[in-house]
Amino acid sequence: MKTEKKSLNVPVNKQGLKKKRSFSRKAIYTLLILLTLISIVPFYMMIINATRENQAILGGFSFLPGSALIENYRTMMDYVNIWNGFKNSLIVSVSVTVLSGYFSALTAFGFAVYEFKGKNLLFIFMLLMMMVPGQLGLIGFYELNNAIGTLDTYIPLIVPAIASPFVVFFLRQYLSTTLHPSLLEAARMDGAGELKIFHTVALPIMMPAVATMSIFTFIGSWNNYIVPLVVLFSPEKYTLPVLMGFLKGSQVATNLGSMYLGIAISVVPIMVAFLFFSKYIISSISAGSIKG
Amino acid sequence: MKKLNHKGYYFIAPFFAIFLVFNIYPVLLTFYYTFTRYEGYGKPEFIGLENYTRILTDGYFLEAFINTWKIWGLNFALQLGIALFLAALFSDLRYRIKGIGFFRAVFYLPNLITISSVAILFNIMLDWQHGSINMFLMKIGLISDPINWLNEPATAQISVALILTWMWFGYTFIVLMAGVSGIPGELYEAALIDGANRWQTFVHITLPLLKPIMLYVMITSLIGGLQLFDLPMLITDGLGAPEGSLNTMVLYLYNQAFRYNNYGYAATIAYALFLITVLFSVVTFRSMYRTNAKKEG
Repeated sequence: MKTEKKSLNVPVNKQGLKKKRSFSRKAIYTLLILLTLISIVPFYMMIINATRENQAILGGFSFLPGSALIENYRTMMDYVNIWNGFKNSLIVSVSVTVLSGYFSALTAFGFAVYEFKGKNLLFIFMLLMMMVPGQLGLIGFYELNNAIGTLDTYIPLIVPAIASPFVVFFLRQYLSTTLHPSLLEAARMDGAGELKIFHTVALPIMMPAVATMSIFTFIGSWNNYIVPLVVLFSPEKYTLPVLMGFLKGSQVATNLGSMYLGIAISVVPIMVAFLFFSKYIISSISAGSIKG
Repeated sequence: MKKLNHKGYYFIAPFFAIFLVFNIYPVLLTFYYTFTRYEGYGKPEFIGLENYTRILTDGYFLEAFINTWKIWGLNFALQLGIALFLAALFSDLRYRIKGIGFFRAVFYLPNLITISSVAILFNIMLDWQHGSINMFLMKIGLISDPINWLNEPATAQISVALILTWMWFGYTFIVLMAGVSGIPGELYEAALIDGANRWQTFVHITLPLLKPIMLYVMITSLIGGLQLFDLPMLITDGLGAPEGSLNTMVLYLYNQAFRYNNYGYAATIAYALFLITVLFSVVTFRSMYRTNAKKEG
């Protein structure tokens, strides 16, 4: 009985609403464009101001670029070598992403494929620790690295990535739906060792999930501020976020054009990467939230 | 049932070795420090519960607690409001708004950017005399005199909350839209046929069915919000200026440890923060669950 009603009423309703709707649609698009501008304009201003002279920026507001880009760049590089920070961030983030991806896959495989004593207990323990915020152990973490002599190195930034509970959790869930036991049995019949089975059978199957997690691991590591701030002392070892804080406290801060340029250099690569990965990132967020 | 196989241990061994050293041990060590006076050199001196009595009477910690909540609360209300409104617009069958892929990506963009860069960017743009934001607002005639955003406690807190909203509304919108897309389209069609207006559709269909996902958004946002650090650290002097209004709990922790070398007390702040986080997550979870149960029952 409902279907009958549906076919009769909907077109009529639509006709009746048409006039009112076209007006509010205009208002909605205006609002959406306004929000779009709010999201983009700070970055636009950053890029524009990176090309303007200090005096011009102090003097007033402009939507048009200036001609002081090279000058600003020289001023900035005189005090702070931003590309060095860029390189450091890249070394740390790539290492973290690779270690976290590989070892999480390994751990997830161990949990998904084998039965052993204490397995569930260990898994639950891992999940519980996942809830603990990073700051809880910060003081102890600093003291630990102080004791073993790894302060002012990248070890405390990179090595802990081997233990990434959330990635393990995600990959284990993924494996339990995609890895069929018969695949493993077939490989064992061929005489492959367990580690070889992991590398040749399981890892390729996990790759899409590893890639998804890798994007977030990379971004998280790239944006991490408090840990490198605490463990690194030498400016030449600073990662980009720490270098940004250093830039603010340095001589460069007196030249706004150079400041904007420094910020722009730290921001633009991520924005460019986002152009390529945005669909992927957004669908991952959507998927994660529904499962989570 | 699979048979027991000790080989599994080899696969999980590297994870747990590193986890133990770099995760569990620091957490336990920090707990030990909560009972000590320790200035980063020499031996930690055991002082019993002194740090705990101190934190309960510490006005600065209370202030940091209140600041963190104010900033998070304002930010979350705005961010959820905008995201819900957008989700309602995009899920409305009568509007058929195009370009959701584009809008989602653009709204999400600020979330991706390194917070420390965002903090320094807004530190310059919110400058009283030379900041782009005042210059722009004066140019379009919205204000006649420049506002000293980062120099007054109220405006400084509002600025930080608004920056957080700016960074997070797109993310929340994406997550809510994921929830909306899980709502069967027939429900909306049925509502349309029954002549429900937009508000009724939103209140009686979208909102109740989004509850689980809103709970997810709220708890993750709360946990992140209570750890607010990068933005207040870098947008002013790193000590919580103006007048301590941007002194958040983690900023206080950081300064106690790494500026004043009070490691023992900083460790206690860390544990207090952890307890507060757990407590409020449980309260949020239970209150959301209870209202749900009431409606269904």
